[in-house]
Amino acid sequence: MRPGLFHRLRDPRSEVSIEPLLAMTAAALLLALVLCLAGVSVVLAQQPTPSDNDVNAVAHELYCPVCENISLDVCDTTACAQWRELIRQKLAQGWSKQQIEDYFAQQYGDRVLAEPPRRGLNWLAYLIPPLAFLGGVWVVYRVLKNMRRPPAPAAPAPPEAPADPYLKQVEEELKKRE
Amino acid sequence: MIPIFGYGVLILTFVVALYGIGAAVYGALYAQKDAAAWVESSRRAMLLTFPLITIAVLAVIYLLTTGHYEVQYVYSVTSSTMPAYLKATALWGGQAGSLLFWSWLMSAFAAAVTLRKWQRDLEFLPWVIVVSLVTLAFFLGLIIFVKGQVSFERFWQLADGSNTASVFQPAGSTLLVPPDGNGLNPLLRHPGMIIHPPMLYLGFVSFVIPFAFAIASLITGRTDDRWIRVTRRWTLVAWLFLSLGLVLGMWWAYDVLGWGGYWGWDPVEIAALMPWLTGTAFLHSVMIQEKRGLFKRWNMVLIVLTYALVIFGTFLTRSGVLSSVHAFSQSAIGPLFFAFIGITFAVSLGLLLYRWNDLRSEGQMTSLLSRESLFLVNNLLFIGVLVVCFWGVIFPLISELFTGQKVTVGPLFYLRATGPLFAGLLFLMGVAPLSAWTHSTYKTLGRAAWKPALVSLLALAAIFLLGVRSWIALLGFWLVALAVCLTLYEYGREVYSRHKSTDEGLPLAFWRLTGRNRRRYGGFIIHLSMAIMALGIIGIQVFQTSTQGTLLPGDTLELSGYTITFKDLAVFDAADGHNVGRAVLQITRGGQALGELYPRRDYYYDSQQPVTIPGVRSTFEDDLYVVLVDWQASGVTFKVFHNPLVLWLWTGALLFTLGMLVAAWPDRETETERRPAVGRVMVKA
Repeated sequence: MRPGLFHRLRDPRSEVSIEPLLAMTAAALLLALVLCLAGVSVVLAQQPTPSDNDVNAVAHELYCPVCENISLDVCDTTACAQWRELIRQKLAQGWSKQQIEDYFAQQYGDRVLAEPPRRGLNWLAYLIPPLAFLGGVWVVYRVLKNMRRPPAPAAPAPPEAPADPYLKQVEEELKKRE
Repeated sequence: MIPIFGYGVLILTFVVALYGIGAAVYGALYAQKDAAAWVESSRRAMLLTFPLITIAVLAVIYLLTTGHYEVQYVYSVTSSTMPAYLKATALWGGQAGSLLFWSWLMSAFAAAVTLRKWQRDLEFLPWVIVVSLVTLAFFLGLIIFVKGQVSFERFWQLADGSNTASVFQPAGSTLLVPPDGNGLNPLLRHPGMIIHPPMLYLGFVSFVIPFAFAIASLITGRTDDRWIRVTRRWTLVAWLFLSLGLVLGMWWAYDVLGWGGYWGWDPVEIAALMPWLTGTAFLHSVMIQEKRGLFKRWNMVLIVLTYALVIFGTFLTRSGVLSSVHAFSQSAIGPLFFAFIGITFAVSLGLLLYRWNDLRSEGQMTSLLSRESLFLVNNLLFIGVLVVCFWGVIFPLISELFTGQKVTVGPLFYLRATGPLFAGLLFLMGVAPLSAWTHSTYKTLGRAAWKPALVSLLALAAIFLLGVRSWIALLGFWLVALAVCLTLYEYGREVYSRHKSTDEGLPLAFWRLTGRNRRRYGGFIIHLSMAIMALGIIGIQVFQTSTQGTLLPGDTLELSGYTITFKDLAVFDAADGHNVGRAVLQITRGGQALGELYPRRDYYYDSQQPVTIPGVRSTFEDDLYVVLVDWQASGVTFKVFHNPLVLWLWTGALLFTLGMLVAAWPDRETETERRPAVGRVMVKA
C-alpha cells in the first residue's frame, strides 16, 4: 500500500502539527458561520415591519381580484385590506416585489397584474396598437406622397371679382370669416 | 297609477316614433303627390316626442321625490333621508333612469332640429328624422321591453307569499311597498355627479344630429359640404358638452373617489373619452373639406365612428357588462346594444361605399406643411389614441373569450402608448394654426414661428434651472410653453395688425377681431386652455408623491416639505342619518402654519357604503390631498398625496368653456340663410 495523504496525516511526527490546525480551521469556520447567522438575524431583527408606503408600493401594481379595475392600494374592501396585510407579511419575510406579484398572479390569476403578462395571446395587446398606428402612418404617407406640387408659386389664385353685388357681399363675408 | 301612466306615455312615444320613421320613409321614397305632407307629418311626430317624454320624465321625478318605493327604480336609487334635489337627480342615478334621461335629451335635440329653417335642405329632412327617431326608438324600446337589472316595474306580493316585480298587477297579488328605499350610491351624492351625467349625455346625444345629416347626405346623394355647414354649430355644441362632461367627471373622481387622481383609465372613463377623440378629429377635419374640398370620405368615417362610440359609451357607462364576457352574455341589454351598434355601423358604411365615387376629393394636397397636411397628421394622432383606448377596453374580453383568463389593462399600458401621441398633438396644436391653407414651406412657417419658439426655449431653460430634471416633464413643459407662446404670438400679431390698420385701440381691436372670425379665435382660446390643462396633467403624472401613516393625536406625517399634524378625530351621526368620521389636521410648511384640513369618511347606513371625502388644500403650485383611510385603537390612518399643478387643469377647463362660447355663439345673421350661398361661391371659385 502506497503511503498516501492519510498515512502522512497519521504520521506520528506530523500528528502534533496537523490536528490542531484542522481543529482550529473547523472552529474558525463554525465561528464564521455562527457570526454570519447571528449577523443576519441581527439585521432581520433590526428591519422594522414594512411600512404602509412599502406595502402600497407593491399594492399599487396589483389589482383587486374581486373588484373591477381598482388597484389594491386604494381598494376599500375588507378583502383588499387583508391582501395588503399579506403583502406586508411577505415583505417582512424578505420577498421581493416581483416574487409577490408572481405569487398573487399564481393565486388569483393574471387579472391581478396591472398589465397582461407578455406571453402568448397577450402579445396582441401590445402589438395591435403600434401596428394599427403604423398602418395609419403608411396611409398618411401615401396621401402626402401623391400630393401635387402647386402649379404656380402663387397657388391660391385670387377669386375672380364677382360682378353681382350680392356675390360681392358674400365674398366679403367669406373673407371676414377666413 | 302614476307608474302605469308613465309606462303608457312611453309606449305611446315609441309608437309615435315608429310612425314618424314610417311616414318619413314613405314620404321620401314612395308617396306620389302628397310626399311633402307625409314628411311634414313625420316632422310633427318627431316634435311630439319631446313633450311626451317630458311627461314620462316628470312622472318618474314625481315618483322619485314622493317616495314611491314600490317602484323598483325608486327603491334602488332613493331613500327617505335624501334631500329632494338628490331624489330628483337620481333620475340619472341608475340604468333605467339614465336611459330615459338619454331619450329625453335626444328628443329635445330632435325637436330642436325640427324647428330650424328647412327650406334649403328639405331633401335632408326625412332622413334626419329617420336617423334621429330610429335612435330614439331603440332607447325607448330598451326601457319598455327589456327587463334590465332595475326597471320602472313595481313590487308585488303574490298569493303564495313570494315577491315579484312587474308593470301590471299579477292576478291575486297585492302591492308591496317597502318602508324605505335603498338610497343612492353615496359616491353619486356629489355636485359633480349631479351635473356630470347631463353634460356627458348632452354631448352624446348632440353628436347624433351631425350623424343624422351625414346619413341624409349619403342617402340623398347631396354630397357637397352642405351637411357639414348645417351641422357645424351642432358639432361644436356637442363637443362643448362632451368636453365639460369629461372634465366634470374628472373633478368628481378627484373629489370623491379618494385615490389622489382624477383619471384612472377605467373602461367607463375611456368609453366617454373615445367619442371625444373622434369628435375632436372630426371638428378639425371638416375644416379641410370646407376650405379645400378634401377628405370627404374620411369625414363620413369619422362621424359614423363617433355615433357608434356614442352609443357604445352610453352602454358602457351605464351597464358595467363589459366587466366580463359572462356578465355580457347574461345581460339582456348587452347583446341588443351590440346588435344596434353593429347594424347602424354596417348600414352607414354600406351607404358610404354606395356613394364612394361621389365623395371624391375636389382638389389635391399640395404641400407637406400646409394646414391640411398638419390636420391630417392631427387626425392620425387622434385615431392612434382611439385605437389604444378601444383595444385596451376590448382586449380583456378577447383574452377571456379565447383563453378563459381575464387580464387587466391598467393605466401604465395607456400612458405608455398614448403619451407620445398626446405630445405630438400638443406640438401640432401650437404649430398648425400658423401654417397656411394650401401652401406652406419650412421657410414661411419658420418665419412665423421662430420668435415664439425662442421664447419657449428660454422658458425651458428657466424650468431646467429651477431644478426640474425629469426629461418627460421637461419635454412636456416645453411643448406647453411652445403652444402657449405660438398661440399668444399669433393672436397678438393679428390683433396688433388690426390695431394698426384701423386705428382702433388694442382692446377694441382684440374684441372686434375675435368677433370677426370666432371659430378661429375661439379655437385659439381653446388651444391655450388645452395647453394649460396639460400643465396639470404633467404635474400629477410626473411629480405626484404620496405617503401613508397611522397617527395618534400629536403625531405628524411629512411629505414634500409639508408637515401634517393629526389633531383630532370626531365620529358622529349626521342629521340625515349617515355616519361621519371627520379628522382635523394642521398643515405647516417650513414652520409656517397653512391652516387645517378636514378629511372625512362618511358611511351611509341605507346603502351600506362608505365614501371618502378628501381634505384638499389647492394652490396653483400644488395640491395637498389627504384621505382618511381608517381608524382603530392603534391610531388613525391617513394617506397623503402631493399633486403639483393640478389646479391648472380645472382653471384650463374654465378658459376652455369661454373659448367654446366664443366659437359656438350664434351669429347675428342667420347662418342657415347665408352660408349655403357662400359655400357655392367657394366651390365655383
